Amino acid sequence: MDPTPGNDDADAAQVPLPGTRSTFSLDINGTARTVTLDHRTTVLDALREHLGLTGAKKGCDHGQCGACTVLVDGRRANSCLLFAVAQEGARITTVEGLADGDRLHPVQAAFLERDALQCGYCTPGQICSAVGMLGEAADGFPSHVTPPTATTVPEGPAALGAEEIRERMSGNLCRCGAYPHIVRAIEDVAP
Amino acid sequence: MKPFSYLRPRSVAEAVRAGAGHPGARFLGGGTNLVDLMKLGVESPGLLIDVSRLPLDRVTRTDDGGLRIGATVRNSDLAAHPGVRSDYPALSQALLAGASGQLRNTATTGGNLLQRTRCPYFQDVSKPCNKRLPGSGCPAREGAHRDLAVLGHSQDCVATNPSDMAVALAALDATVRLHGPEGERAVPLTGFHRLPGDNPDQDTVIRPGELITEVVLPPRPDGAVSLYRKARDRASYAFALASVAAVLTVRDGRVQHAALAFGGLAHRPWRARAAEDVLRGAPATDETFARAVDAELEAAVPLRDNGFKVTLARNLAIGALAGLTARAAPPR
Repeated sequence: MDPTPGNDDADAAQVPLPGTRSTFSLDINGTARTVTLDHRTTVLDALREHLGLTGAKKGCDHGQCGACTVLVDGRRANSCLLFAVAQEGARITTVEGLADGDRLHPVQAAFLERDALQCGYCTPGQICSAVGMLGEAADGFPSHVTPPTATTVPEGPAALGAEEIRERMSGNLCRCGAYPHIVRAIEDVAP
Repeated sequence: MKPFSYLRPRSVAEAVRAGAGHPGARFLGGGTNLVDLMKLGVESPGLLIDVSRLPLDRVTRTDDGGLRIGATVRNSDLAAHPGVRSDYPALSQALLAGASGQLRNTATTGGNLLQRTRCPYFQDVSKPCNKRLPGSGCPAREGAHRDLAVLGHSQDCVATNPSDMAVALAALDATVRLHGPEGERAVPLTGFHRLPGDNPDQDTVIRPGELITEVVLPPRPDGAVSLYRKARDRASYAFALASVAAVLTVRDGRVQHAALAFGGLAHRPWRARAAEDVLRGAPATDETFARAVDAELEAAVPLRDNGFKVTLARNLAIGALAGLTARAAPPR
């Protein structure tokens, strides 16, 4: 977007407010999409209501359930808590952008193989979250259950057992309770 | 949600200037709390000044061996930082005990310090709340207060500060650096958050238009070990019922340096100075730890339904100090 430039020398109280809508570009699954949106529009609503991408789901709309999880610059985030206008310049990946043509992402394939869902509503968020989480672990990010090391920091990727997966996926709720199969699916893909 | 204007300044000076020109503005960091409060109608800024991309995203060593943490460093990056994990494990553990992976990726250091209470009455605009609407009353005192304050609360407000990170920073003697219309200043973390008194609408001592630019940690005291422990209603992704951050140095069986802070008990991270006075110089034994923690918690005034938090905090703190002692002075 093109924000109204600040007035450098005049009395700050005179700076006029820019409008409440903007035209800007979003990078969604590698494609630049130009949108004109009210600033109140979240990334989730932009995807679902304006860009025809309904993979990300609206569960709680307050960042508590994880159904809206997408990847922003490769890192998982709750799209219901991101204003779209603030994401110009970021790379957003939704569940629709994970497969390589007809070839499913390994996490998608593992969810199918392990039957890691019942109703499926939370599944796109679970899958995006798992993809982001595997990247975090590969980058050596610790979790709450990673054994603390008093003096040394372990090098390399964090190992991912079931306990680690459960902790790292705690931001994704599944009302059907498909957790055991979700953990197994992610274990299949984890190194 | 009310319509709002949006600015993305390119420098701290530009951000502060924009904030000074618009009293109804809010700085937007990760937005994990602010966006939610806007959806709930608790916050309704006319202008969002997006500071999340300002060049404040670095963690660097200070000349004296401390750590300088930029205000836009994400919670997950801070928790994973090698310098934090090696020298300030309590901070890394506190961050990892908070929120979810998604939220930690988004939330910033500055925003974490400014997050609002999760008191249910504060978040529900159909209810009175002195913090949200001064003078309207506090239903929590007689209502649902199981999760709320046992220390330092007032007739007007029994809310708790929800941050885990801030509790560790309180025990680690962090300093908050602010940049405002009247210049720059530094505030000790322990003096940054307020007790509610008769104006609970003010969470912190931050002045209108001031922006948090960084948090500075002093060097780790020689031989000090630290940790963060948290009790909550479920194993993950829940706010603290009670938590404790502890920093300890033990020499020849005696406590040399001790810093203790409680979370989940008060309107601010609760630095336990009375406990520290008992600990300093005393034998590093469970008896000392119990005496120290009791000296602090005797000030507790539980509400009808939250007395359990005092016991919980006591047990957490004694366990934390004993655990640290075992690491600080391993048996020969």
